[in-house]
Amino acid sequence: MYTNLLKQSWLLGVVVALCLSAASYAQLTTYQQEGWLNTPAASSHIGNITGDAKAAALPYRRFCVGCHGELGDGNGENAVWFTTPMYAQPRNFQLAIFKCRSTPTGTLPTDQDLYDTIGRGMDRSNMPQWNPMSRQERADLVAWIKHFSPRWQTEKPGTPIQIPPEPEITPERVKAGQAVFARMQCYKCHGVQGMANGPSASTLTDDLNQPIAAFNFTDGSRPKCGDTDTDIYRIFMTGLDGTPMPSFVDNIKPDEAWDLVFYLRSLQRHNAYNSKEREIARQLGLKPVDPNAPPAQ
Amino acid sequence: MRMWTQSHLCQKPQRVSSVLAAAFALIFLLLGASQSASALPAFARKYGLRCSACHESWPALNNFGLKFRDNGYQLMNDRDAPIWQNPGYWPVTFRITPIWHRVSSLQETDVYTSGNPLPTGSTAARITSSGFDLSGLDFHTGGTLEKNISFYVLPSSDSTASFHFETVMARIDNIANSPWLNIKVGRFELNNLLSEKRILTLTANGGVYQTYHFIPVGDGNIYGQMGDNQFGMEYVGHSVDDRTRVSAALVSSNDGNVNLVTGGNGYSGFFTFDQGVDFGKLGVSRFGAYAFVGEAATYYRTTGGTPTSPGAPIPGSGIGNKGFSRVGFTGQIYFGPHFDVNVVTQHGEDNAWFGQGYGNPIAPSNGTTTVTCTNAVVIPGCTLNNSPGTTLAPGSRSPIWNGYTVEARYVYSPQLIFLGRFEAERMQQQATPGTLPSLGNITNYVIGYRYNPFMTSRAGFAYHGEFNLIHQDGTGPLTSSGTPTDINTSELLFGLDFDF
Repeated sequence: MYTNLLKQSWLLGVVVALCLSAASYAQLTTYQQEGWLNTPAASSHIGNITGDAKAAALPYRRFCVGCHGELGDGNGENAVWFTTPMYAQPRNFQLAIFKCRSTPTGTLPTDQDLYDTIGRGMDRSNMPQWNPMSRQERADLVAWIKHFSPRWQTEKPGTPIQIPPEPEITPERVKAGQAVFARMQCYKCHGVQGMANGPSASTLTDDLNQPIAAFNFTDGSRPKCGDTDTDIYRIFMTGLDGTPMPSFVDNIKPDEAWDLVFYLRSLQRHNAYNSKEREIARQLGLKPVDPNAPPAQ
Repeated sequence: MRMWTQSHLCQKPQRVSSVLAAAFALIFLLLGASQSASALPAFARKYGLRCSACHESWPALNNFGLKFRDNGYQLMNDRDAPIWQNPGYWPVTFRITPIWHRVSSLQETDVYTSGNPLPTGSTAARITSSGFDLSGLDFHTGGTLEKNISFYVLPSSDSTASFHFETVMARIDNIANSPWLNIKVGRFELNNLLSEKRILTLTANGGVYQTYHFIPVGDGNIYGQMGDNQFGMEYVGHSVDDRTRVSAALVSSNDGNVNLVTGGNGYSGFFTFDQGVDFGKLGVSRFGAYAFVGEAATYYRTTGGTPTSPGAPIPGSGIGNKGFSRVGFTGQIYFGPHFDVNVVTQHGEDNAWFGQGYGNPIAPSNGTTTVTCTNAVVIPGCTLNNSPGTTLAPGSRSPIWNGYTVEARYVYSPQLIFLGRFEAERMQQQATPGTLPSLGNITNYVIGYRYNPFMTSRAGFAYHGEFNLIHQDGTGPLTSSGTPTDINTSELLFGLDFDF
């Protein structure tokens, strides 16, 4: 009997210790985050506006906490409902891994990158465009986001990649872009017609092992990180960190990157995109890439 | 003196019981402060956003909520169409508010003398009543039918569950992919920057904006009430970030009544413009202007009349349209995230015919029955019908007035808001020369708070407390000496305001 009791006490002790550890870890996290509020990293600089993290406590609670959570861990009360590949999970700010950056893959984004994301929102997610907020409020929120992760205490944001001026659109460039599309095997996820139905599409997961969908160029959706030609250029040169979309900066020359932008535009067959590239592709009679074709010499 | 003594003796225990009941209500509210609930307000449930994302304090919109509404209840994030929702999603929310309130007002009361069971006269006396009560019930159903095509239907009842359609509209937004092209048709609230349908107060006189409903004493123009939902169609245009907003509505001049029973062939226009200005740390404030101009019927064809008895107005036969206007400025000024002031001014003018009481064919309901006016029967609050050849009394002129509403809000947190409101409506020119210049002037004070013990994307629940005091010059009952009194009505209200 005593043996049993001792065993139970031992088990109980372990359980209590584990609970206390978990609780103290959570407490420590909160404590650390509060401490980071007083560091230089808990500020932001957007043009001539300086954001102050402390000023964002109320807006964050009002607008953001339902998805991103009190601790910025992406575990707000609504996160549990975003369970399909169609709905991206709320960003975990504690990891400080961001899709939309102007900086090289693996580096922290600039303040401006975060500011732009807040104002632009994220299509195909529940992240709306928060542009009705004042610029100061958005700058404050950028600073607030940065106080969640220790990365901002030890790392500097990466240096934004250089984007050369956009060249003129020509049929040759659209055709060359298709060759880049084939060579980089973009079709494996995005499909040969850009319909997000490539052979790997159904197996894609993000860094948190959550299912994630490839971008469908044909259904009128807008890319998450912006819809201008420059935005699209930036997306595949920086990659979307935390997702299977890598950076191609080491594989594609800047000139080729613009060709690829033009070809991707031609895939946007939805009425919302009545682009010049689409018309050029039609005139050229471009057929979808053939995955089995021998690589171009 | 005896009257006073009786009244005094009667009122003392009543006051004690009122205080006790109020204390009870407060204790009840405070004890319940830790409770929680879960529910699914329609839009928050669809988008997984907390109420506070769109509402400064539910139901008042903040700038983000205003943009959401202007986009046709869409976040514009490619998942707005209902095809993206779980098939079980049904965009319905209901709202109701159990309340305790205490109302004190001056009313005409009978005077009795000792030994006589019948009244011997009447006088003005203050009547105070208190008790538990109920608001009406609203069923808000709204959302998208398809991307950029949305609807809003709001069956609403009074506290006896007698329903009407407060709002019914369909809207088409972002026509040609432009935020500047949005159209809605139906019965809807005019595009007031300070929305009365999203008012944060609930008392009878504090739950509406007096500036939106002011009608000079004896005036028959019910059609210029910009706080009432109206039938018509509205164009709204706005910039992508909603900083700039314009609207123009063409509405039937029937004050939103169905079946064209009032008015008939009159139309009015409601025009608004407002511009948001980013003041840095102070936030985005809005400044705008509006104009409500139109014409409405002043008399009705009748039926069933005889040479000795005029007939009853034929619904919808309103003719003799005369003009009216309401113009003013609006402002929504933020002083940081915690404090804002909302302002509406108004300069109003009615045609002299309205000023003499022509226009409204329906008498006010007085809370009992609605009575149709006729030529022969003069009912208090009811206007005489006109007839061809009628002329205005000599000296009749347009009633003109000025008014303003100032509402200050202190947002302690997204869950707790305090507000104070001051309204003043002042006659500039009475319709009939010689009338007391201040007759009908209104001064209204409201203070209140709303506390949401929890804040999620699933439910709305608020502890609501409010006090309202309204004063109107010269419209109260006559004293025993025949002198008209001023109306002073106060109301204290506590309630549990919830939606699901």
